[in-house]
Amino acid sequence: MKDLRIARGVIYFFLVLLVIICFIPFYMMIVNATRSNSEILRGFSLMPSDALFANYETLTNYINIWLGFRNSLFIAVSVTVLNAYFSALTAFALAVYHFKGKNAMFIIFIILMMVPGQLGLIGLYDLAATFGILDTYWPLIIPAIAAPFTVFFFRQYLITSMPMSILESGRIDGAGETYMFHRLVLPILSPAIATMGIFTFIGSWNNFLFPLVIIRSPRLYTLPIMIRQLQGSPVAQNLGAIYLGIAISVVPIMVAFIFLSKYIISSISAGAVKG
Amino acid sequence: MIKNNKAYLFVAPFVIVFLTFNIYPILLTFYYSLTNYTGMGGIENADFIGLDNYRRLIQDDFFFQAFFNTIRIWGLNFAIQIAIALGLALLFTDIRLKLKGLNWFRALFFLPNIITIASVALLFSILLDWNFGSLNQMLLSLNIIDRPINWLNNPTYAQSWVALIGAWMWFGNTFIVLMAGISGIPTDFYEAAFIDGANWWQSFTKITLPQLKPILLYVFITSIIGGLQIFDLPMLLTDGRGAPRGSLNTMVLYLYNQAFSFANFGYSAAIAYGLFLITIVFSAVTFKTMYRGQVKVKKGGKK
Repeated sequence: MKDLRIARGVIYFFLVLLVIICFIPFYMMIVNATRSNSEILRGFSLMPSDALFANYETLTNYINIWLGFRNSLFIAVSVTVLNAYFSALTAFALAVYHFKGKNAMFIIFIILMMVPGQLGLIGLYDLAATFGILDTYWPLIIPAIAAPFTVFFFRQYLITSMPMSILESGRIDGAGETYMFHRLVLPILSPAIATMGIFTFIGSWNNFLFPLVIIRSPRLYTLPIMIRQLQGSPVAQNLGAIYLGIAISVVPIMVAFIFLSKYIISSISAGAVKG
Repeated sequence: MIKNNKAYLFVAPFVIVFLTFNIYPILLTFYYSLTNYTGMGGIENADFIGLDNYRRLIQDDFFFQAFFNTIRIWGLNFAIQIAIALGLALLFTDIRLKLKGLNWFRALFFLPNIITIASVALLFSILLDWNFGSLNQMLLSLNIIDRPINWLNNPTYAQSWVALIGAWMWFGNTFIVLMAGISGIPTDFYEAAFIDGANWWQSFTKITLPQLKPILLYVFITSIIGGLQIFDLPMLLTDGRGAPRGSLNTMVLYLYNQAFSFANFGYSAAIAYGLFLITIVFSAVTFKTMYRGQVKVKKGGKK
């Protein structure tokens, strides 16, 4: 028993050490965001200083980081809503009805779920140029309507947790199919929508390659693109300001994570066991 | 199953967008891979040159370098990640240790995974700065090194850092997945083994690893598909062209630069298809290994 207690102590020590190592980068980011450039150049410190406001001014004189925030939020919310609604609609049709081309659609799904996104990058860019929608959000948002993986996930969910008798009794009561989708199916799907929604949102929020290719105008920059602009910019002369810029892009996600972590982690566990 | 024409209406938005924004760009990319398109003027301004781009691809030293860079970075990243994640999963599922605080540790270890990679990359590019980076400053003040190390100017260091940062971002995720897998193994297996006098190592190699095989392969395959597409981190950690000395030039970074820095859209499209082919080969090999593994288990069970 005593051995076990010692072993446990050693293990906890290393676990805490691992947590500290994992968080040192974030800690340094926050500390350095409060230090002036000359303080950072002079040397290393774990203590925050008082240059936060000055750094903020330097940063916001060069870029409007909150605009990037708003742009990223707008895109991520639009993508998440479109992805959820249209995937649910498609999954509903696949789970409930019999129609021509259904099997073909299913096979194409499975194949395309394995295709890396970059495969269509050149084509998507060219398509956007042809349509005249380069440098707009359309090519970033509209494709969310067709998300095979989400459809697949929703379909499985509907098959296992929606009794068909609900729809039948609905029909006897004279409810239309569209009405039933909105009033019966969407509520049943809501746990699955929440699960996929979180991951869709994070994926869109962190997306870098596609906005990098599509967006040109600074007023449309998303947060990751803005962060990239900081590299080698005049702000980079002031390390404190650049640390602050990174911190502003990171901290809100961390705060959101505190509220959602339990949910996210149980979703990952569930997905893994099924896969 | 009933028939209802509304079904067509319900799937219509998906099908239209899917054909326009998924299938068509993929086919268009393939067409461009057979041309010398420069990215200007659309399909009429692309001269058909047959398989020239693919011929160039299989002789392109930079592409091979990019391939090996990608594999090296992914391999090191995966080794570190799986070692930490498996170690943690074993500790937290150990029935004698009964460690507490699983939810806390899990959340803390997972957190780096959801941070924007662009931010992570820029953060590390300044933390690792030769003169003014906090890492060198810290190591100097602790007297671990006596001269600053130029981390991002040495190919081996730079690749190792990309792998390490990747492992830092992903081990928490892998840990959660492995935990789920190990928790699914019936505890009677271990109790029976314990009664039979099996030691820890024996129950690990004879029960845990074989039972965990499908999950391990799932982790492996998702990791390699993601790893082959690594882009944000190497792009933003250094100059975006693969510095130092081409060591951070990954396949997708090469694809991006060929199209958007050098206006070789046709060649870039061929790289995309090359990458696709490589992904298929890796996935197929892994699936085949998994399938063979399952057959073996079944045979063993029948005896």
